Amino acid sequence: MDELISSLVRGLGLGGLYALLGVSFVIIFRATGVINFATPALMILGAFFTGAFGNAVGLPFWLSVLLGMAIMAIIGMIIERVALRPMVGRPAFSAATVTVGIFIILLIISGRLIGSELLTVNDPFGLDTVIVFGATIFTVDIARFIVALVAIGIVGLFLARSRTGLAMRATALDQETSLAQGINVGRMFGLSWGIAAAMAALAGALLTAGSSGIETTVALVALKALPVIILGGLDSIKGSVVAGIIIGIAESITRTYQPIYAPWLGANFDVIVPYIIMIIVLMVRPYGLFGTREVVRV
Amino acid sequence: MLAVENLEVVYEDVILVLKGVSLQAPQGSIVALLGPNGAGKTTVLRAITGLLDVHRGRITKGRVTLNGTELNSLSAPQIVSAGVGQVMEGRRIFREFTVEENLRAGGYTASRQQISEGLERSYERFPVLAERRKQVAGYLSGGEQQMLAIGRALMAQPSYLLLDEPSLGVAPKIVQQLRDLIVQINEAGTSVLLVEQNAAMALSVATHGYVLETGRIVMDKPAAQLREDDDVREFYLGLHGNERGSLRDVKQYRRRKRWLS
Repeated sequence: MDELISSLVRGLGLGGLYALLGVSFVIIFRATGVINFATPALMILGAFFTGAFGNAVGLPFWLSVLLGMAIMAIIGMIIERVALRPMVGRPAFSAATVTVGIFIILLIISGRLIGSELLTVNDPFGLDTVIVFGATIFTVDIARFIVALVAIGIVGLFLARSRTGLAMRATALDQETSLAQGINVGRMFGLSWGIAAAMAALAGALLTAGSSGIETTVALVALKALPVIILGGLDSIKGSVVAGIIIGIAESITRTYQPIYAPWLGANFDVIVPYIIMIIVLMVRPYGLFGTREVVRV
Repeated sequence: MLAVENLEVVYEDVILVLKGVSLQAPQGSIVALLGPNGAGKTTVLRAITGLLDVHRGRITKGRVTLNGTELNSLSAPQIVSAGVGQVMEGRRIFREFTVEENLRAGGYTASRQQISEGLERSYERFPVLAERRKQVAGYLSGGEQQMLAIGRALMAQPSYLLLDEPSLGVAPKIVQQLRDLIVQINEAGTSVLLVEQNAAMALSVATHGYVLETGRIVMDKPAAQLREDDDVREFYLGLHGNERGSLRDVKQYRRRKRWLS
């Protein structure tokens, strides 16, 4: 029982991270129809800036997280303006390929920035634990889950209620008609990149909080957002949250119980569970749980 | 005055669609632009509203002016802010949005106060929309969608409203309503440029009419004269004098007949 509770909470923490990354993908996909493969690098870069503000400048953790998100939002908008705006009107595949290039560039830049020293985001959690119902729980997991939900909630409210959010959703539906209403479509693209990059940065800061340091290899974690958006539906924020939690818990439960009940599957089987789920979803329900029921080629 | 002068538009750098079109819509008027499929009517509207680049089109000659200021170099959102609103062909409402969200999207350039006034005015003008304000717009009937599209365009309080085929695909009874609506909008102080294939409807409200064929203006007369014009009566109003002729005769006749010949 203790084990179950701890792995559920760890799953929720992971799920919060995956949901953030999923939302980052979904926001760009909805606005521009492009899958942004640069997300993992944006995440690492965001973690780096958060760490830099925390360590070098000595700011408190949450302030440095906010600053890291702000910087990444600006970088995201610059990337959109420079590299992706010229691709508007071209096939989504070409634009997605551009994002792969950006991924590689940003990954190398962040590798240089981080250097060989071990950098942490200077978070207050470390390996602190609390005991709930006799189970040991890492506080960082609780923080991850709550902060992710709050951040996604704010973005959701912004999209649903504000005038700019309405304009962003309109742009996602029909660009030409949005232009005819006086909506500056290019600015909406930039804004969606800004929000997506800030979400990725937050995910990076939360991911590297706890024990691990900031390394470029952590970027691979962000790829788990792909199973999340496939399961949740490419164009659904709600889907990202639900799917993020499902995948986080599935991974965490597998990590706890698979070595006991199915040791013949080998070590680290939990790492591939999200991808197995992705393949199954693609076979039975390719538009995901909440996605629009039409085939979108990626 | 909204004026188009010697406009030449090219799509994809090779397809010449407008070959020197000039037309004028004075303040307070309703101007009709008639013409068959593919004549370039929608292209004229795109050129005015800055939507050509979306379709890989370009103005190669001529200019569009609003009260003397040139609009060619402005972007579509800037042109909306300058006071030119439009209802695109096929209504193009945001189907997944509610009625109210559609209207609010139309008021993107307006101030907060203008939006709440605009919503009130729209619901007053279209009681159907008021009933369905929280419904998804895609489930409205064709006529209701057309009213929503017009209401949405009016949210920005344009001084000029461009309507592209509002009668397309709506019931004859609704066409009558739309006609009355256009008169109402005009009386409320908005000048209208009406692009139509339904010439009978357009000429019954317009003060002036232009006929566009294969990228050229072939007729430019007050609407009353166009209504009496023999060629317009035959080709656009479907009337052949007083007697009904055989369709075969019509075909042969049309083949020989040219405008302005």
